[in-house]
This record gives sequence, structure tokens and C-alpha cells, in this order.
Amino acid sequence: MSEIDASLSPSLEPVPSTPKMGRLNRWDTPWLNWKFLSGMSIIGLIVLIGVFGRLFWNMDLVYVASSPLNLPPVGFENRRGQQGTWEHPLGTENRGCDMLALMVIGAPNSLYVGAVAASLGISIGVILGFMAGFIGNWVDDLIRLISDTTMTIPSLLVLIIIQALIPQVSLTLMAFLLALFAWPSPTRLIRAQVLSMRESGYVQMARLSGASVFRLMFGEIMPNLLPYLAASFIGSAAGSILAAVGLEGLGLGPQRVPTLGRTIYLALESSALLRNMWWWWGLPTLVLAIIFIGLLLINLGLDEIANPRLRRASG
Amino acid sequence: MLSDQNQKPIVLEVEGLRVYYETPAGDVLAVNGIDFQLYQGETLGLVGESGCGKSTAAMGVLQLVVPPGRIVSGQVLLDGQNLLDLSARELRKLRWAKLSLIPQGAMNSLNPTMKINRQIQDVIDAHLGATSKQEIRDRILELLQMVGLPERVYHMYPHQLSGGMKQRVCIAMAIALSPQVIIADESTSALDVVVQRVVAQTLLRVKEALGVSMIMIGHDMGLMAQMVDRIAVMYAGKIVEIAFVKEIFDHPAHPYSQLLIESVPSLKEHKPLKVTEGITHDPRHPPPGCIFQLRCPLVMDQCRQQEPVAQEVRPGQWVACHVYQSSEAGQ
Amino acid sequence: MLLEICNATKIYGPRGGEGEVIALQDFNLQIRKSPASITAIAGESGSGKTTLANAILGFTRLTSGEVIYDGQDISRATRAQIKDYRRNVQAVFQDPFGVYNPFYRVQHVFNQVIRNFGLNRNRAEWQQMIEEALNAVGLRGQDVLRKYPHQLSGGQRQRIMMARAYMIEPRLIVADEPVSMVDASLRASILDVMLRLKEENGISFLYITHDLSTAYQVGDQIHVLYQGSVAERGPTFSVIDQPRHPYVQLLVDSVPVPDPDVKWEGEVVLPAEEEMRSSAISGCRFYPRCPQRLDQCLQQQPPLYQVDDADHQAACYLLST
Repeated sequence: MSEIDASLSPSLEPVPSTPKMGRLNRWDTPWLNWKFLSGMSIIGLIVLIGVFGRLFWNMDLVYVASSPLNLPPVGFENRRGQQGTWEHPLGTENRGCDMLALMVIGAPNSLYVGAVAASLGISIGVILGFMAGFIGNWVDDLIRLISDTTMTIPSLLVLIIIQALIPQVSLTLMAFLLALFAWPSPTRLIRAQVLSMRESGYVQMARLSGASVFRLMFGEIMPNLLPYLAASFIGSAAGSILAAVGLEGLGLGPQRVPTLGRTIYLALESSALLRNMWWWWGLPTLVLAIIFIGLLLINLGLDEIANPRLRRASG
Repeated sequence: MLSDQNQKPIVLEVEGLRVYYETPAGDVLAVNGIDFQLYQGETLGLVGESGCGKSTAAMGVLQLVVPPGRIVSGQVLLDGQNLLDLSARELRKLRWAKLSLIPQGAMNSLNPTMKINRQIQDVIDAHLGATSKQEIRDRILELLQMVGLPERVYHMYPHQLSGGMKQRVCIAMAIALSPQVIIADESTSALDVVVQRVVAQTLLRVKEALGVSMIMIGHDMGLMAQMVDRIAVMYAGKIVEIAFVKEIFDHPAHPYSQLLIESVPSLKEHKPLKVTEGITHDPRHPPPGCIFQLRCPLVMDQCRQQEPVAQEVRPGQWVACHVYQSSEAGQ
Repeated sequence: MLLEICNATKIYGPRGGEGEVIALQDFNLQIRKSPASITAIAGESGSGKTTLANAILGFTRLTSGEVIYDGQDISRATRAQIKDYRRNVQAVFQDPFGVYNPFYRVQHVFNQVIRNFGLNRNRAEWQQMIEEALNAVGLRGQDVLRKYPHQLSGGQRQRIMMARAYMIEPRLIVADEPVSMVDASLRASILDVMLRLKEENGISFLYITHDLSTAYQVGDQIHVLYQGSVAERGPTFSVIDQPRHPYVQLLVDSVPVPDPDVKWEGEVVLPAEEEMRSSAISGCRFYPRCPQRLDQCLQQQPPLYQVDDADHQAACYLLST
């Protein structure tokens, strides 16, 4: 039996057990989720490009007739035998607009539309969803009726009609129109969550603590809704961007502002496929694909963050 | 009584079983080296607080441990055969047929979309294969009768049954193939007092009728007194005492056993409340020496340095505690 | 009279039709202002005890009958009176986890009440009150306040709920199964807190439980409910030591005795589920299961008969002789 340091003896007073807090918190925080982070990086990059792009590339090149026509990207040759140059590394299209400039402006524009439409949709969703879930009765029935009906209306059709009636539509206005169809989904989601959280122990406890209805909704229930809200936001944004591209691809949407969808529209309209000008419709498509992948990654990451059971089984 | 027990064969033997759970901050030592034997025809109670590892031990015995848990070491001998050596296929054949489990919250794990007869049939089918429909039907009715359920339960869905009835269906499933050993994990926890009695008595009756050996896992010492022949007391992943049920209630040897028994409220006498704290050490880093040192009223220096070894202080009563070691070794 | 419940009845479902469930029927209860007491309401699932708790706390409206607090019928109270009621009647619930909002640290439960009830006079008093309340239940602020609920044990969480209730200094605490989800060996610490709050702070309790043994340990008075009606009531020792209602006798008998020599006598057979609960039975609720039933029992619900002098009553025709 070896002598062991007697100072090892702990105090006899029972101490509530504390896991090693520091180490656990820093590296095990659920936010260090690679899907979430890579998605955020992609979207973040595009936002940065939107904000700082003009510092690095001449934005005047986005105007019509600012560049030579129909040039391919660097290292490629077009049908006429012209080579791409570093002055227009991503090529140009048939009106003389530089593709790189178009991407630099168009990509953030798409995000903008998605963000505005989703924000508006979520805001409406929060208000209506809370009302439906909390107040119940006829308010709930009414809201459900409207939201379910809206969901069944073919949105693209209605948007086309509306846009046909309004000759000049700005980016923001289009986003507002898209929000008209983006709100039912968050409303239903939030209503469902509010209904279930309303009966939870902590809400009852808060009622007993004299909390007002306002505090119950925004102090107790809302914070627990944040993960759902975030996921819903991302989903709405993705859906709105897609709808916007759909509209623009048909020639509707803002006509003075360069957007990815409009670029694709112009490309198709000018028979870019037949002329083998793959960069004209290909680059916007690629950028859109990257945006959607980014949004998807964020969504998957948020899923894992919010639902511990989906995380890799460590802890 | 002891020699009687010793002459009975051992149906299940667990030696040095360790089951750990992986977490980012280190392994949780859920089951940290337990040994016990289950004799033919007896009921062994495994009792302890929540978090002591008793359910994990049951999972370990049945080889049902899933990541992040893993079996680190030990042997589980069923009729002499080490379960840890068997392949997954061989284990599947064993489960339900020789060794079955009534898991915790079993009544909630019944498939809500299947009628009762289908659920019991599933268990039988998987093992007996080619038996005639009539035979299976007869067998299921026989099982229902054995657990005291009326025949019409055969056609019912789980939601139509009360908690006690669902639990008895789970018992029926566990005995469907006449296993040798049944492990019942908290079989009566969520039930009302009278229903609890009915289910407990059903278990006992079934056990007598079939001659199975049973391990009953629970935290209610009162219930244990009614149901089991021997008790193993578990604390923080270790078995601190094993004894015949009468011995443990008359002379609980380990301080934790004493604590458990004292905290059982009785309807016969008005005892003052015995106040105590819960498990206080970090399950990832148990203190050196005796696992119970932080809560033990009799703790000595030796307890903080050296882990006590199980000793037989009375015939059939084994304790892991230095209080007995020192008196034995005369230190 | 602190709290008076008169003929409280709660019926769910279509009146008189299929699916009508009488959760609570003609329930009466009186809790005096002083001395502080612990009244136990014991019953199994379906007995109506949860309905009773919800009615008292104002979460459910009764179909008929009143809950009168300090002379005021709470269903007719003004907003200010309800706030006053909340201040004086608090609760501790069964699930020590569900009552905490997982988004906030544990301190949140204290902040809520201090803010809403305006309990403090200045910033310093805020922390002080919390610390004092935690000490009263055997905990320290520095150990628990900054933690999230999932980082504490069930026993600790429940004690924090007790501390919260204590801090408000209510006259009555409705404790709905406060220890049933806590480990057996830790229950005593919570019950001990209840007893001390009663003795030292004069807080009365309504202790709702399905566990007769804990009711025996802490209750002064006990009411045993069966399917919405009171089967037996009176001083706890009297009712549990000498039960007169067949249901209560069965209940007391079925509690497992922690003595291997004392086993249950005889086997109990339960009738199948559908027979057990039916409002079609106009007589005694316990009729289908009663080993001593008479024809008379089926016709009309038995009233409460006196058992002996000390307020002990049981609703059984066997006592009418």
C-alpha cells in the first residue's frame, strides 16, 4: 500500500458536479458545425463581393456597349475565333456587357431579393402565427383559411399577371410581391410551434409568475422559436430567389437592373445556345447553383445545431 | 438457504463488465467493473439511483450497447457461453429465445399501428419460423391468459389498453419463447400503486410457472422486498453490495445500502425524513479509491486511496467497503 | 379561511353523451389561514387530482362550484385581484425539467417573479433575495444560478422551484407530484424543505400525489380521490392507519412494504379497462372493483359518513349501519 498525498482528500461537503466548463464550451459549441460554417462562408463571400466588388472591378463595364461583343472567357475561343482576354476574364455578351461585372452585381441582387422577401414573409408569419396559436378560436380558423388558400394558388401565375400589369418593377417591389407567397409557410410553422409550446411547463410557470401575454409570447416562446425561424428564413429565401429567377427568366422582373435571371433570359432570347456562347447562360446558372448550395448547407447545419440528436454522436 | 442456492447451477455470470460512453470531454464510466451471478430459478434485484448504470448494465449483458457507448471489457457467460464472443446473427437467435428483456418504458414502445396479436407474433415468427398459424394463435392466447389479460386484447391496439395492460403485453412478449433468463428494467415504474401490484404479481406468477431466472432492475426498495431473492446494490457504475434480501434489510452492510433502506418511507411508522445528496462526483473522473467517498458518513482516509474489494461478511453477503476490510484485516 | 373549494365539479365532453368524463365531482376542501398546514390530495391517475390543481391555479374553469380564496371567488376576480392571487398562491410541478425555459439560465425563473411582482426595492436587494431563497433550500447561488437547466440534477431543479416559491412568500403552495420524478433517496430533501417552509415560514401546502407513503410523511390532512370523488378524508394518520373505504384499504394494502417478510396478501384482479371508468354508473365509482359491494352501491353515490370523532370521513354505505 503506497503512501498517497493526503492533500488529495476532497472536502466532505457535497459539491454539485460541474463538467469541465471551459474546455467543453469552447470546442464543443454546436455552432462549429462545418456545414453551417461553409454555407455561411459562401453566402458571406457573395455579400462581400456585393459590398466591395466595385473597388476591385470597373463597374462601368456592366453598361451596354461598354465592352467588345461576344467575347469568351479567358483561355477559350468563340465561334468567330476570338480569344478571351484578361480585360474581360469571364467574357462578354451580345450587348457589350462584361460578364464579371454582371455577376458582381447580379449575385448580391439575387440575395437581396431573397432576403427582403423572406424577411417580410417571416415577419408576417410571426405575427399571424402567434395570433393563430395563442388566441385560437375564430382568429386561428381565419388565419388558417387564408394561409392554406394562399398556398394552393399557383404563385408563378399570379406573379406573372401582377407583373404584366405593372410595367416598371424595381427589385424591392418584386421582393415584396414574392413575399405575398412566402408568408404562409412560416405562419403555419410558427402556429404549430406556438400551439405546442403554449402548453409547456415553462409557459405555465411564467403565467404563474404574473407574466403578461406579451412577455409570454416574446419572452418565453419566441427565443425557443429562433432555430425554427432561422431555418424557415433560409428556406423562404431560397424559394424566393428561385421564384425571382423564374420570373426574370420569362422576361419579367426589373429591366434596368442587372440580375442573374435576366441575364439568363437575354441569353436564351438571343439564342446563346445555338451560338455556343455557353458562358452567357452558364455563368449565371453556376452562380445560382452556388448560392443554393450555400443556403442548403446553412439549413442542414442549422438543423444539426438545433437538434442535438442529428449531430455526430459525441456527447 | 445458502447451500441450497449454491447447489443450483449458475445460468448467467457477469465478470468485470465495463461499459463506457464517449463524450468530447472524456469517457463516462457508466458501468465500471461489475461481477455477479444469477442462479437458476432465482430473482436477482439490481437496485440504485438513476444514473448509477443499472440500465446500461442490462444493455451490456444483452449486447445492445450502441455508440457512443461501448463495451470495454468483461465477460457475460450465459450457460457457460461468452456472449461477447458471439456474432450478431448468433446473438439475434439468442435474444427472446434464451435471454429476453422488458426494457424501460416498454409499454410506450409498442407499435401504435399494429394490433397486439401481430406484435407478439412478430417475436415468435422471428424465431420459430415455420409454425402453423393456428399454433401461433393458440400460443398467443395462452400467453395472454398467463399474464391475466382477457382474450379480446388479442385484437386490440395499444392505445386501447391501460398502462398496466400494456406492460403485461410486454411481459407476454418476453416469455413468448420460454427463455431462460428475463431482465425486467423498471417494469412497474410509471404505474399506479394498485396496477403496480398487479403487474408485479403477474411477473412473479409467470416466473414460478415457467421456472425462469430473472433480473429485476429498479430503484424502489419496497418493491424489491416483495419481489426478489437477492439484491445487488449499485452505485455509480459499481456493485457495492450483494446479499439475500432478508440479510440486506436486516443488516445492510454498505453505507449506501443503509442509506437506501432508511430513505424508504413506511406506512407503518412515522420516521423522520432522512435527507441526503445525489451523486456528486463527475462520472467521467471518479475519485481514486472508493466510489462512495463523497457521500459516505463513515469515510476514512483509506477510502480515498484504495478501492475496496468485495468481501463476504456473512454467508452470501458480499460488501465492498473498507469498514469491513479493516475490521477483518485487523488494521 | 385561506382557501375554500365548494362543490367543485368539472365535466369534459358532451354532456350526458358518449365520451362524457366526470373528472371531478362535488369536491369540497377547506384550508385555514393558520396554523399553516399540509393537506395531501392522494389519488391514482384519472382520480381528478390534476384537474383540481389546474382549477385552483386558474388554468381550467370549473363546470360548477367555486374556488374561493380569502373570500373572493377567483372565477369572478378582477385583473388586479388575480395578480394578488398569483402572488399568494404559487405552485411546484411534477416535471423538474419542463418548467424551465431551456433558452435561459436558471436565474431567469427568479428574475421573472421579482420583476413581475415588483418584489425588490433596489438592485442589491434583487440578488440578496435570490441568495436567501436558495439558502433556505440548501443551495448556493454561485453553484446554480449561472447554469442551464440541463446541467443540474432533478433534485436540484426541484429545490430551485421551491426556492422560487419561497421567495414570493405565498400563503399557499400547490405542489403537484413534486417528488415523483425525483430519485427515491433524494425525495426526503425536498419534502424536508416543504416541512421547514411550513414550520418556519407559515406557508401552507396542498400536496398532490399518488404516493401514499410520502403523503403519510408530510400531510396533516389527507383526501383520497377515486375517479373524481372523495373516497375518504381526514387526519392522515387516521385515514392511513385505519382506512374504512374499500378502495383506500386496497391502496394502503398495495403499497409494497420494505420488509421481505411482509408480502402482499392475495392477488388482486383488475377488471378490464373499459369497465373501470364509466359515467353511466350512477352509484359508487368503485362498484366494479369493490370486494364488498352491495346493491345499494349501484343506485346512488354514497355520501360521506363519519368514521370517528376526529374529522375522519369515508364515502361508503358500509359505514351507514
